[in-house]
Amino acid sequence: MAEKEGKKVLMMQGNEACAEAAIWAGCRFFAGYPITPSSEIAEYLSRKLPTVGGKFIQMEDEIGSIAAVIGASLTGTKSMTATSGPGFSLKQENIGYAAMAEVPCVIVDVQRGGPSTGTPTLPAQMDVQQARWGTHGDHAIIALTASSAQETFEQTIRAFNLSERYMVPVILLIDEIVGHTTEKVVLPEEGSVEIVNRKQPDVPPEEYLPYAETEDLIPVLARFGSGYRYNVTGLCHDETGFPTNDSETIQKLIVRLSEKIERHKDEIIDYELIDMDDAEVAIFAYGSVARSAKRAVRDCREMGLKVGLMITKVLWPFPYEAVLSVAEKVKAIVVPEMNLGQMAREVELGARCKAEIFRINRVDGNPVTPQEIVDRVREVI
Amino acid sequence: MFDYLEYIRKRNFPHIWCSGCGDGIVLKTLIRAMKKLNISKDEAVMVSGIGCSSRTPGYIDINTLHTTHGRAIAFATGVKLANPSLKVIVVTGDGDATAIGGNHYIHAARRNIDMTVLLYNNYIYGMTGGQVSPTTPKGDKASTAPYGSLEQPFNISGLASAAGASFVARGDVYHVQQLEKLIVKALEKKGFSLVEILSPCPTAYGRRNRMAHPVDLMKWLRDNAIPKSRFDKLSEEEKKGKVPTGVLIDIEKPEFISEYEKLIETLKGK
Repeated sequence: MAEKEGKKVLMMQGNEACAEAAIWAGCRFFAGYPITPSSEIAEYLSRKLPTVGGKFIQMEDEIGSIAAVIGASLTGTKSMTATSGPGFSLKQENIGYAAMAEVPCVIVDVQRGGPSTGTPTLPAQMDVQQARWGTHGDHAIIALTASSAQETFEQTIRAFNLSERYMVPVILLIDEIVGHTTEKVVLPEEGSVEIVNRKQPDVPPEEYLPYAETEDLIPVLARFGSGYRYNVTGLCHDETGFPTNDSETIQKLIVRLSEKIERHKDEIIDYELIDMDDAEVAIFAYGSVARSAKRAVRDCREMGLKVGLMITKVLWPFPYEAVLSVAEKVKAIVVPEMNLGQMAREVELGARCKAEIFRINRVDGNPVTPQEIVDRVREVI
Repeated sequence: MFDYLEYIRKRNFPHIWCSGCGDGIVLKTLIRAMKKLNISKDEAVMVSGIGCSSRTPGYIDINTLHTTHGRAIAFATGVKLANPSLKVIVVTGDGDATAIGGNHYIHAARRNIDMTVLLYNNYIYGMTGGQVSPTTPKGDKASTAPYGSLEQPFNISGLASAAGASFVARGDVYHVQQLEKLIVKALEKKGFSLVEILSPCPTAYGRRNRMAHPVDLMKWLRDNAIPKSRFDKLSEEEKKGKVPTGVLIDIEKPEFISEYEKLIETLKGK
């Protein structure tokens, strides 16, 4: 371990950085099931959690893992699970439960190629739409992404904070490249990390309503065992938490579940603009592909091509407005992805025909190279 | 008179169960058992899945968690592991726990994690209208077994015993005093404790199987649910159609969370 200006510098896999960051974020419960390429997260936490008084359990399946995570979270314990595509599919049932009951938790998906078991050891970005709409029914979700071990560390902490703040499941989507690349991670100074903890009731138990209308639309769920007895269900419920069939109450609940994220999207959305001032063509990228895109921009600039880059670190809620302002400046946006254009569709929606969208789609288990991006830019510029 | 109201969420009554259903009997019996043990309402958590029995949490004034189909035991595992001071009771049914949730059921028993599972066996999927369940007796009819079930039923208690539970008992909604004693024992046990509760569904099961009246089902329980000690003395021929009740397994073995907490202790300062 080296030191840099008083900070600890480690060599870590993205998966290890994720697990370590979870501890920093206050995660004290992990339930998971072995699956490539995410298993290092579980392995790391099985070692580390009991040393900090936390609990690790390898459950009998993926569904049980997310179920245990939600149960643990209801006691006020920050909880996480990690998986890859096939497991992510299985977890959708209870991701929906967490969205409906508004139980904070973090789900990490180290993406491989799909569909089905697909390519267990190769990278892909094929789960980005599943993260948004994988579970049935209208609901809100937050999904973050990261392009390096360092960013994975930071985004894992942010995932917990957003989850606690908005009482919503937060999905962190990395991919096999990020998960398995060992690289430098600079740990923050002790005590310098912002940690958000969910609110607790400030009324006496007899006045407490778990799903009472709040100004910011976010419910205050008491920790089980704290003296506030209430009911949690996946059925449509009223402010008491008990099931209801009342049309007006159902309408209000389902709208609020989406609205609580929509209303706060400016606090959640996070992106980076590089060399956009004079750009004629923009690249839109996320995850490990953003690294190739950064290199491509540099190469293009060296060739005298006016190319800029938008990297989004939050996939959901999607930064439609930011994409529009990029589209208004350039004539074309190139969207390289390790899928068949899942986010390019959102970029098209955001761009509102102000710029033409060109795709680069790699689904053969190989990363998108900087050269591929440069070639595409030269075609369209 | 015993005051049930202390543990009841009066606002949610009348309950959703059909006339003649045994689930209300279990609710009352559970409340008496909890009272006997002075279980704190604030420190008790009831977790259920989906189905008629899984609606029990709505009526009992403790921390309650009504989850997805089959997953109650997995949710409960998270609750208990994250806060072992909570008393965790799972309420589930034959379809919930041994079909869609079968995996969680056997693995919780294997781990011997401290929780009490009350498994209401009504021999059918009641809430969805009477489809065949893993415990529907062979030959009995269901809406998806119109010619009679061709499958062998599960022995629910046997399944938990074989998987490693430290306490397994079977009771029924006719022999209520016995049931109360069994639930008390299960709640007292440190480890995975199961009480299988025979509570045949009159609406969706009885009507299709020559027991149209709830009283017919009660008579059936009276005559056929017999203490294990008596059952064991019967000849193979006499055992046919009879179900042994009482404590079936009660053994001491390491409990999962205690083992985990020991691990945390040994890792301290390392």
